[in-house]
Amino acid sequence: MDYVIEMLDIRKEFPGVVANNNVNLQVKQGEIHALLGENGAGKSTLMNVLFGLYQPEKGHIRVKGKEVHISNPNVANDLGIGMVHQHFMLIDTFTVTENIVLGSEPKKNATVDIRQAEKQVKELSEQYGLNVDPRAKIRDISVGMQQRVEILKTLYRGAEILILDEPTAVLTPPEIKELTEIMRSLVREGKSIILITHKLKEIMEVCDRCTVIRKGEGIDTLNVSDTNVTELASLMVGREVSFTSEKTPAEPKDKYLSVVDLHVKDSRGVEMVKGVNLDVHAGEIVGIAGVDGNGQTELIEAITGLRKSDSGSITIHGQNIANQTPRKVTESGISHIPQDRHKFGLVLDFPMRENMVLQTYYQNPFAKSGILNYKSISEKAKSLIEEYDVRTPSIFTHARSLSGGNQQKAIIGREIDRSPDLIVAAQPTRGLDVGAIEFIHNKLIEERGKGRAVLLLSFELDEIMNLSDRIAVMFDGEVVAETSPEDTDEQELGLLMAGSKQQQKEGDA
Amino acid sequence: MFSNRLVNILIPIISVILGLLSGAFIMLIFGYNPIQGYAALWNGAFGDLYFLGETIRQVTPYILSGLAVAFAFRTGLFNIGVEGQVFMGWLASVWVGVSFEAPMIIHLPLAILAAALAGAAWGFVPGLLKAKLGVHEVIVTIMMNYIALYSANAIVRHVITDNADKTEQVAPTASLGSEWLEQLTYFSRLHYGFVVALFGALIMWFLLNKTVRGFELRSVGFNKDASHYAGMNVSRNIILSMVISGAFAGLAGAMEGIGTFGYYSVKSGFTNIGFDGIAVALLGGNAAIGVIFAAFLFGTLKIGALNMPTQAGVPTELVEIVIALIIFFVASSYMIRWLILRFKKEGK
Repeated sequence: MDYVIEMLDIRKEFPGVVANNNVNLQVKQGEIHALLGENGAGKSTLMNVLFGLYQPEKGHIRVKGKEVHISNPNVANDLGIGMVHQHFMLIDTFTVTENIVLGSEPKKNATVDIRQAEKQVKELSEQYGLNVDPRAKIRDISVGMQQRVEILKTLYRGAEILILDEPTAVLTPPEIKELTEIMRSLVREGKSIILITHKLKEIMEVCDRCTVIRKGEGIDTLNVSDTNVTELASLMVGREVSFTSEKTPAEPKDKYLSVVDLHVKDSRGVEMVKGVNLDVHAGEIVGIAGVDGNGQTELIEAITGLRKSDSGSITIHGQNIANQTPRKVTESGISHIPQDRHKFGLVLDFPMRENMVLQTYYQNPFAKSGILNYKSISEKAKSLIEEYDVRTPSIFTHARSLSGGNQQKAIIGREIDRSPDLIVAAQPTRGLDVGAIEFIHNKLIEERGKGRAVLLLSFELDEIMNLSDRIAVMFDGEVVAETSPEDTDEQELGLLMAGSKQQQKEGDA
Repeated sequence: MFSNRLVNILIPIISVILGLLSGAFIMLIFGYNPIQGYAALWNGAFGDLYFLGETIRQVTPYILSGLAVAFAFRTGLFNIGVEGQVFMGWLASVWVGVSFEAPMIIHLPLAILAAALAGAAWGFVPGLLKAKLGVHEVIVTIMMNYIALYSANAIVRHVITDNADKTEQVAPTASLGSEWLEQLTYFSRLHYGFVVALFGALIMWFLLNKTVRGFELRSVGFNKDASHYAGMNVSRNIILSMVISGAFAGLAGAMEGIGTFGYYSVKSGFTNIGFDGIAVALLGGNAAIGVIFAAFLFGTLKIGALNMPTQAGVPTELVEIVIALIIFFVASSYMIRWLILRFKKEGK
């Protein structure tokens, strides 16, 4: 037996739900073990059991062959289990070192020996190729660096087994590559890693073995070398999943949206959109590709009325909608699936019923002379929730308690149901599992087929390539290239997104 | 085992019981009989029709000040300025009441309306500052309380009267007082204001839960960004929320102005109607019906406590401590919620 972690026959219940049942997880010394499952399948619950945050109703946990009872995270720490949460737990105004040693600081007399701490952090960082500056402040370093600080935090506390909870969700593609390297070097040094994820490509790339759970049940554990993406996907979802959306060639018709020489500043007053021109026609999907922070968000916000533009025009059906209120924009036939669904898309403390009519609550039949008609609101909510397969206990459940995928399906249902002429979809599948992604992609293509125009913003090249009929690449506030999936590949897009063409132009000038 | 709704009802009830128990404990320590003490409290609040009348009279402004705080809470704002808005409503209703004479059917509604408008105007300022400049409403409303207190004093002294400490009695046509109610309750100061207060609760419930406006107010209170995204005018809803909250507070002032007292006298400090409204709103779970019950409890304690020194010999200071303990437990309901949930967990 060379398992470092064994979780056998784990069962964990919450009031009304069984979050884990019959789940087995056996992690070998020195392997990267993937824990795969849809959103809400019970991956995080299982890891919280291992980390001592929850107590299981049934089952055994063995660490290095010894039966243990993990009653709280301190016990887990002492057993050499470290967890890197999806949402970092760092203090912004502290340095890297201060964050890492927090709670177990090396002491000299009565003071913290920060020199000694820095030295230790530096050594650890070099040993695993993490390359962090011990003296940098957290607020000044990138998200990828912050994640490394979290990893260092666990290593500093002597972790042998690292749990990484969807670590790539917040990273850019180059950062993901670096993280992969870091994971490999950790394993080389004898650590074991449990990687929680629903991204199949990552599993194929870095993992040795993979345990799949579905709806709380342990399904199977496979050697990654013996399986493939299709098998993993169907194990995870419980049915066949297609990865490329079936799509007939676009039949673009009239021009719906026309953006001309648009300039937009962000909230700090920095110009983020610098003269963008863009057309979207009925019956086509236009994808905006680009690395986050190159003005895409500001462009979308200007089109949907959330942000004022400085100059240029935005017209829909020839009617200028630049600097109109969101209400005016919505009523002129634009639907908006916002990038940040918690901030903009939903009122999390409202029941689903209210959220399903968030854009239409004041219109007939939901309201008459200022009085709400809850009967028709409930009917609408029920029918949308059913049609878009939003899994919620009832229409009175608060949006906050739904999983991300179901929240997103609700938003998409609400926005598409209004029969808009133009659908602006910003990162519509961020953080979702393959099943939900497939559903949303199909819906967008279906709407295109009905002759609607779709403007898609995505940071995922797969998604851009898969859905778009035309692609506009944004770099540094400008559309630097317009192309189509047939005329380009991910490599070229990547270069365009990195501004290679821009530099060329500047070189020529 | 417990549904959420049950927990929400249990919490205030347990809070009150714990408060009463610890009050009893304090009385025991100091050598007073808690049973006698609470009997005196009970008699002082409900012992006969006079006391009952006084209790209901005291409950009336609490309902309205509680509604004012609760309304702001429900729409994401913390109105600590209810106290000042009460002064403004009180003053406005009295001013209308003493300035002229008119048939009651015009005069009385006008006095009530004036109170609501004055409170609303006092709420408008912090609402506007919050909506347009992002100034936190708590700071503005606290300062506005002092401005209200001293402006009202100055107006009474120098505008309404000639250096008197108190206005004249309001005209009978502008008064909520009722001989019939007074006679019914052995000449307590009970007046028709409780009708206004109950009607106010009904309005709050209807406005927030049944109207498009209420949908927007609640939505903005929960999430300004999503509300903006959904096409709501966020600034207007913030201002409106403070205005409506202020109007409720102004009405609470009218209950004193043209109900209980019938005049405005120069004040040296706060009346606490507004500040107690915060506790009333919290205890009532910021719901209209809850506020009515919570105000009833506060009114009962306030009036009943007056009887404890005379009937049970408990000194006034100790009475204040006992009352404060009850409110303390009620206000710290978070702790009780935690205990219930813990108990719930272990019960399984």
